[in-house]
Amino acid sequence: MSAGATSAHSVVESKAVGKWIAGLLVMAYALVAVVPLAWIFSTGFKSPPDSISYPPKVIFEPSLEGYVNLFTNRSRQTPEYIESLGTATTWYDDIVRKRNMVITGPSRFKDRYVNSVVIGFGSTFLAVFLGTLAAYGFSRFRVPLKDDLMFFILSTRMMPPIAVAIPIFLMYRTLGLSDTILGMILLYTAVNVSLAVWLLKGFMDEIPREYEEAAVVDGYTRLQAFIKVVLPQARAGIAATAIFCLIFAWNEYAFALLLTSGNAQTAPPFIPIIIGEGGLDWPAVAAGTTLFLLPIVFFTVLLRNQLLRGITFGAVRK
Amino acid sequence: MAEIRVEQLSKAFADFVAVRESSFTVRDGEFFVMLGPSGCGKTTTLRMIAGLEMPTSGRIYLDGEDVTYKRGGERDIAFVFQLFALYPHMNVRKNISFPLRMEGVARREVRERTEEVARMLQIDHLLNRPVAGLSSGDRQRVALGRAIVRRAKAFLMDEPLGALDAEFRELMCEELRLLHDRIGATSVYVTHDQVEAMSMADRICVMNNAEVLQIGPPSEIYARPATRFVAGFIGSPAMNFLSGKGGLEAGATSVRVNGAAIAVPRLHETLDHDDAIIGVRPEHIGIAGEGALKGRVFAVEYMGSRQLVTVDTDAGRLRVRAPNTVRVDFGETVGLDFDSERLVVFHPETERALASDLFAGVAHG
Repeated sequence: MSAGATSAHSVVESKAVGKWIAGLLVMAYALVAVVPLAWIFSTGFKSPPDSISYPPKVIFEPSLEGYVNLFTNRSRQTPEYIESLGTATTWYDDIVRKRNMVITGPSRFKDRYVNSVVIGFGSTFLAVFLGTLAAYGFSRFRVPLKDDLMFFILSTRMMPPIAVAIPIFLMYRTLGLSDTILGMILLYTAVNVSLAVWLLKGFMDEIPREYEEAAVVDGYTRLQAFIKVVLPQARAGIAATAIFCLIFAWNEYAFALLLTSGNAQTAPPFIPIIIGEGGLDWPAVAAGTTLFLLPIVFFTVLLRNQLLRGITFGAVRK
Repeated sequence: MAEIRVEQLSKAFADFVAVRESSFTVRDGEFFVMLGPSGCGKTTTLRMIAGLEMPTSGRIYLDGEDVTYKRGGERDIAFVFQLFALYPHMNVRKNISFPLRMEGVARREVRERTEEVARMLQIDHLLNRPVAGLSSGDRQRVALGRAIVRRAKAFLMDEPLGALDAEFRELMCEELRLLHDRIGATSVYVTHDQVEAMSMADRICVMNNAEVLQIGPPSEIYARPATRFVAGFIGSPAMNFLSGKGGLEAGATSVRVNGAAIAVPRLHETLDHDDAIIGVRPEHIGIAGEGALKGRVFAVEYMGSRQLVTVDTDAGRLRVRAPNTVRVDFGETVGLDFDSERLVVFHPETERALASDLFAGVAHG
């Protein structure tokens, strides 16, 4: 190789062409990832005929019919009856009457959504709380059979949860936990706690013991040192773990379908069964899905700095 | 301020003995340095004094009070960690005042004491800064501040300068010693750096392989090492060791090395072993035309006011610290003269220094 052939280059900075290719790949992937979301979002604002038209309409007249249908129960009436009601007093009455229907009451979507929030956040809190304590214990104390216990905790994650669905179903029925919010919180906590322990143990291991030792020498008790020194430093890890737990509990479908019905049903099994006039009401389903996506998006954005730090935690040693 | 007394202290981790029956007393107001290679048990000893580690056996007294099994927080001791252990989520002020906030000191007093300590350490302009952006020297000062602010009975420092670069370390050494003199607190300082130990300590405690080998003022340890390890560990360049002929009676005043007799301080005990080891510091050897030993010059390092001459003799390679007025060349054959009053004779097996006139009047062992 001649000396002239070597151009100035850096091992850390890629060439311009490489950057372009990387940029294009990222954009292509972003497109693939965003299109379904954009599709769902736009479908939520389509009218039912537009939502199933072929070829699909990219430009359409936006309508809130999907959202109205999502939140209400309606019944079909004769045009004469609609006429006799006079002019609609609210915008949503107006939308419904154009389809020869009247609103008979609120749908159950709001209840399902509230269930999702309570169960999702409740189980996330419990899993992260228990996980943090367990991880700290495993990280700092001499626990007999530590490795075996950690493996046992991990092994609860090895089977697909649905494989134990039947025993859990029977157990819950006997215990009276079927179709209760408490039951679902306990179930999701049980599934998530192993993830939380393993993730958080990694974070705890990265926090130098000297911090607690310094606090202990300065007169703090072990618990005070944990709260004042360890917890603030594990914040990034706890946030990352909480997001992962929340995403699981929020999206969980199989158990929710199997174990809940009238009372504790969450949004995932509810949304697909929103029946409209003559088949599935796609705009209402899409509207429900859009609203369902929001909390996760919101929290991920809110915690994105913590999350990024959490994911790369320990990768770089100072 | 307080006296720390350690009696027959031992610590074993499973079947590894980290500290074996160590006893020593740190006097009130003293700057006491524990010196030894890594893994010798000095840090474990310090951690037991701090209450971060529970001893397997033995006792620790702080100001006469038995604190062996007390929690760290109940001992009123401040600890400075090697990596500072500054809480990254707090700023400088909060870090320094952290111990006070536990003690329930009134808010105003916390502020005053924090600021006083910060002024003393010249970091008062940094009080409201996060610790993340500080230079290592300033971090070190914050760590010291956190220890000082408590006005604890004793300061324990675990290689607090280990993370600093060499140039800065020297400066901090001086600062630390000045600070100690100003506060007058009992300090126990752990290090593996003999230069640090020599420059700072009132007394040094040399440890190796879990055992305390010698305790004494730096000059004492340098001039009258109790064991061959202490002799070799302290001093740079290290002490030279010559193997000589053993079988010495008490009262002997010379040891034979390769046929030549080398005068040593009069021995007070017999050496009933076939071999003997003579320890001699590089500055206690003179280069002369004629001498007890002859050798070829192997290397000359010029060091400004002095030069370091390495000479190969039949008894081994010796390093000589000679004034730079002596001219020597590579390959030249020179005679070596020994300062007979400064030589130490070691037992080749126990590696203990034999009692001699050199040690007369000094408590030994």
